Amino acid sequence: MADALSWGQIFGRIFVQFIPVWIALVVLFAVSIAFKRRLGLYGKLFDSPIGMIGFALVMFWVFTAFFAQMIMTQDPLTQVSGMKNALPGMPVKGSDGAFYLLGGDNLARDVFSRMVAGSTIVVQIAPLATAFAFMVGVTLGLPAGYYGGKLDTTLSFLANLILAFPVILLFYLLVTPEIAQSGLPQYMGMVLFLFPLIFLIVLVNSRLYVKPQLRNMLIAGIVVIGGWIYLALLSEPDTIFNPLPAALDFISVPSNILIVFVSVVFVNAPTVFRIIRGLVLDIKTRDYVAASQTRGEGPWYIMLWEILPNARGPLIVDFCLRIGYTTILLGTLGFFGLGLSPESPDWGSTINAGRKLLAAFPHPAVVPALALMSLVLGLNLLADGLREESLKD
Amino acid sequence: MIVFVIRRILTMVLTALCLTFIVFYLTNLPANLEKLAKSEASARMSDEDVTKWIERNGYATPVLQRYGEWLGIVPGWTRTEEGVTTGRCIPRGSDPALAPSHCGILQGDWGFSTVFKQPVSSIIADRLSATGWLMFWVMAVMVPTALVIGVLSGMREGSRLDRGLSIFSIASTATPEYVSGVVLIALFASATTGISPWLAEHGWISGKTLFPGTATSAMENITFWNFALPVATIALYGTGYIARMTRASMTEVMTAQYIRTARLKGVSFPNVVLKHALRNALIAPFTVIMLQFPWLLNGVVIVETLFNYKGFGWTLVQAAGNNDIELLLACSVVAVFVVLVTQLISDIGYVFLNPRIRVS
Repeated sequence: MADALSWGQIFGRIFVQFIPVWIALVVLFAVSIAFKRRLGLYGKLFDSPIGMIGFALVMFWVFTAFFAQMIMTQDPLTQVSGMKNALPGMPVKGSDGAFYLLGGDNLARDVFSRMVAGSTIVVQIAPLATAFAFMVGVTLGLPAGYYGGKLDTTLSFLANLILAFPVILLFYLLVTPEIAQSGLPQYMGMVLFLFPLIFLIVLVNSRLYVKPQLRNMLIAGIVVIGGWIYLALLSEPDTIFNPLPAALDFISVPSNILIVFVSVVFVNAPTVFRIIRGLVLDIKTRDYVAASQTRGEGPWYIMLWEILPNARGPLIVDFCLRIGYTTILLGTLGFFGLGLSPESPDWGSTINAGRKLLAAFPHPAVVPALALMSLVLGLNLLADGLREESLKD
Repeated sequence: MIVFVIRRILTMVLTALCLTFIVFYLTNLPANLEKLAKSEASARMSDEDVTKWIERNGYATPVLQRYGEWLGIVPGWTRTEEGVTTGRCIPRGSDPALAPSHCGILQGDWGFSTVFKQPVSSIIADRLSATGWLMFWVMAVMVPTALVIGVLSGMREGSRLDRGLSIFSIASTATPEYVSGVVLIALFASATTGISPWLAEHGWISGKTLFPGTATSAMENITFWNFALPVATIALYGTGYIARMTRASMTEVMTAQYIRTARLKGVSFPNVVLKHALRNALIAPFTVIMLQFPWLLNGVVIVETLFNYKGFGWTLVQAAGNNDIELLLACSVVAVFVVLVTQLISDIGYVFLNPRIRVS
């Protein structure tokens, strides 16, 4: 039986476990700094120390999620008898040379490996949900700001309606097994996931309507591939909506993950809508918009190819901040034990599981808490660096 | 101005109606009613008994009609079975003839909580006062701290003080309540880690930990020791955001012409900041602070759950977790009311503070 590790040895071993991440980070930074003058806004990020620190933190977690299988020392779900609430650095009973680097939780699972496994969940869901929220916000915010009038009034009222809802109350109402059973998440998903498709089709159509052949080909491609992904995402055997045969249904999203995803998109979309609408109201008075109107361009061309690219600065910054906010929301859901299964190693759920014995054994809760904080901090610093650099233009 | 306020209030009422209807609809889904029936009567009920229970307790009518009953614009349901009349407005064991025909929130009747077995109005009043104290102390800590940080970092943009304070505010906005709460408890309220064991060893604290890990005792008697951690936890998350807004507005004001004039005519720097810049720089943060209230509500729910402080947020979690329909509706009415009223105050206050803005 080996002795418990000292703190120095623990950090040494954790450092060694993360070696794939360090290598990837060094390569990424070396390449990016070498070519930074040719990389546009992304390259300029490497002129700002704050932006670089933020980017490093974010990429650390992205690479951790990517290399999770190599980094984990134990299986995140296996319970080893005798390791209940083990302190950091305890050797695993019954195996030689294996340690619980950051201790064990109240079900005798390895805290370190669970934290690493949790990063995969967060890094997958948060950016994707934010991207969907942006698609919804952009598709609705552009016409609301551009046309104004009744459309704007109606959409703004709906957005304010959702924003007036306390987030936690909404989560408690939506993310329950009863609601998941009733099929409501699938209905909401049907509506929300349609927006990226509409967005892409309108985007291509408004640009290429002068080249009908190319346009028809591209739109057919989007409809077939996008429609397939759309159906595969939503269709789930033994639920109300299952149009695809099992052979074609290549994405399987369990209904509890779907409801988490849908509700996070639902909460974020109105804020994005308001931001886009505000930006459009500002930009549509510019001369280049007037010029393209005089040229006789269609309204969607002006919105998507004149206004949207010129709003990209604030939007990129907000996208980074919003991924951080989405991460916090996912953590909140886990903290209240909503949606994701209690077994799941995501950070919110592990904090929730750890808080019951917080005063006696803080490590199972503190480790994921610090992980979550560092990711969100990285995203906020990155957004700050991007804002500073994009203002310099 | 008056037209503006009236229009805003009408929008508010419409919003509140829509939101409460959504809550009503979601809590009254068949699956939720079945859960309620099973928790109220017996967990091993057959499907037939569940249907009967739902009918007998007036949940079988259309949703819109029941929503009207809850609002008090539709007469409450009555039902005569074997000569005994029961109904929404008839308390058990009283004479049906004396009962009012309508009993909804318009008549001041908020219903009865199925979890706490008490009238909803008394629960909400109790819990809100507990949360009111929490909110008060959070505001008392958060707003001055944030304003001081924002003004200090905004008065000399790009200085070392500015950099340091900016990083602090970014870090604080990246720390949600459930993270800071957990870290603060581990640091100050744990007998095994943090500073408490070290302090106890030196005999500087009498108990095992510096701060208690729960705020339950603050329900009766608020002291510094049982309230510091919850208040700090909520305040930390909001501080950074308000400080950044204050900083942005302060840097903008500091580049204004009249500040340069004041500097050139020889006014000292502290005087410029305090007498000339501050007043204009505080207009934008005012809106932000008012709009923080809905955010605080989120924080309150998390912190009250974490520190086991039985206030409004704790009640909301209990009501939602047990599908206590009438309590949950009352909670959402309160929450929506807070959000909409703070929005209204922030809009009106903005007009008063900034005479350049006119509402049309």
